[in-house]
Amino acid sequence: MKTAALIPLHELCSHYEVEMSFFNDLNDIGLIEIKTIKKTVYIHQDKISDIERIVRLHHELEINMAGIDAIFHLLQRLETKEAELSSLKNKLHFYEHKIN
Amino acid sequence: MAFIDYYQILGVDKKATEDEIKKAYRKLARKYHPDLNPNDNEAVKKFKEVNEANEVLSNVENRKKYDKYGKDWKHADELDKQKQQQQQYGRGQQGNYSNYGDSDYSDFFQSMFGGGASRANRGQMKYKGQDLSAELKLNIRDVYTTHKHTIVINGKNVRFTIPAGLKNEQVLRIIGHGGEGVNGGPNGDLLITFIIENDTKFKLDNQHLHTTVDLDLYKAMLGDTITVDTFDGKVTLKVKPETQNGTKVKLKGKGFPVYKKEGEFGDLYITYNVVLPTHLTEKEKALFTELSKLRMP
Repeated sequence: MKTAALIPLHELCSHYEVEMSFFNDLNDIGLIEIKTIKKTVYIHQDKISDIERIVRLHHELEINMAGIDAIFHLLQRLETKEAELSSLKNKLHFYEHKIN
Repeated sequence: MAFIDYYQILGVDKKATEDEIKKAYRKLARKYHPDLNPNDNEAVKKFKEVNEANEVLSNVENRKKYDKYGKDWKHADELDKQKQQQQQYGRGQQGNYSNYGDSDYSDFFQSMFGGGASRANRGQMKYKGQDLSAELKLNIRDVYTTHKHTIVINGKNVRFTIPAGLKNEQVLRIIGHGGEGVNGGPNGDLLITFIIENDTKFKLDNQHLHTTVDLDLYKAMLGDTITVDTFDGKVTLKVKPETQNGTKVKLKGKGFPVYKKEGEFGDLYITYNVVLPTHLTEKEKALFTELSKLRMP
């Protein structure tokens, strides 16, 4: 398997100053997916922005894993609702325009 | 600078304990954290304010300085030093000025200079000179290499280095070349805003350059070697057969210098614009017709 898009976890540990167990916990609750290739553990680069957000929430606000999981779930719902709202606003605008 | 009431920002009393401040900070940080308020600029602004307030009030030393000097708390050490000097000076001169008493001065003034202060002492405060601003227009070629530049400010020649890769509207601070300090205080700084004019065919995007190169139909179809302009000269480039219109190629390291990273350059991105022939001769038309028939299903 190609590792170009994967980032070794030990690099992230030293960069964000967190223990490997931090990533294992995230993997356990399904917030990230750890891949093991030839005894090296990696994470896909697309997940970096999520990890940065998780590290900030954990360090700055002292939120535990369960809390972070709940926040991500709610943020996802918020995002969906905002997209729905935007779509409905567009439809409303379209019909208002048609009536006038 | 306007006075910012950090206690008000955190919603705590001036006598709040460390724990109360910590608790108030955590509560507000959770409320306004940008990760919990996506796309909310107001929350980002509030979060910054809350952080700033916490940085000052959660540190015992900083909090003391803030309580004593308010908006000037960052200069507390200098102000304390001046206060000591003024007190020593005041003690030495007390006999001569005792008739004035202290009642002429505000609490703030007394807190700065102590009870022995006199009118004469007002003139002893050292102030940094005013910062001066200037605008300098340069051509993009001027910031391709690091070089020295001289400008005249208030009749004085000011020579400074313009680093390669300087961006449009970037501001350089030339320390000590602003207005003169008061009572022996340091000079202000000179802030130069650079306006970079680009009259080249290259579009600058951070350290990368973008340009478009016309390619005739035959070279695009059959491939060829062409010569293209880069910012520092010409290079030959191999065009692949069947190159499509809008194809982008990257010339690594042929872009713009990276600011303050000597020897590092961005990339040059070339977009091919395939130009179709016009004013076809009868023979060309016939050949194109023949070609088109070959492609018909």
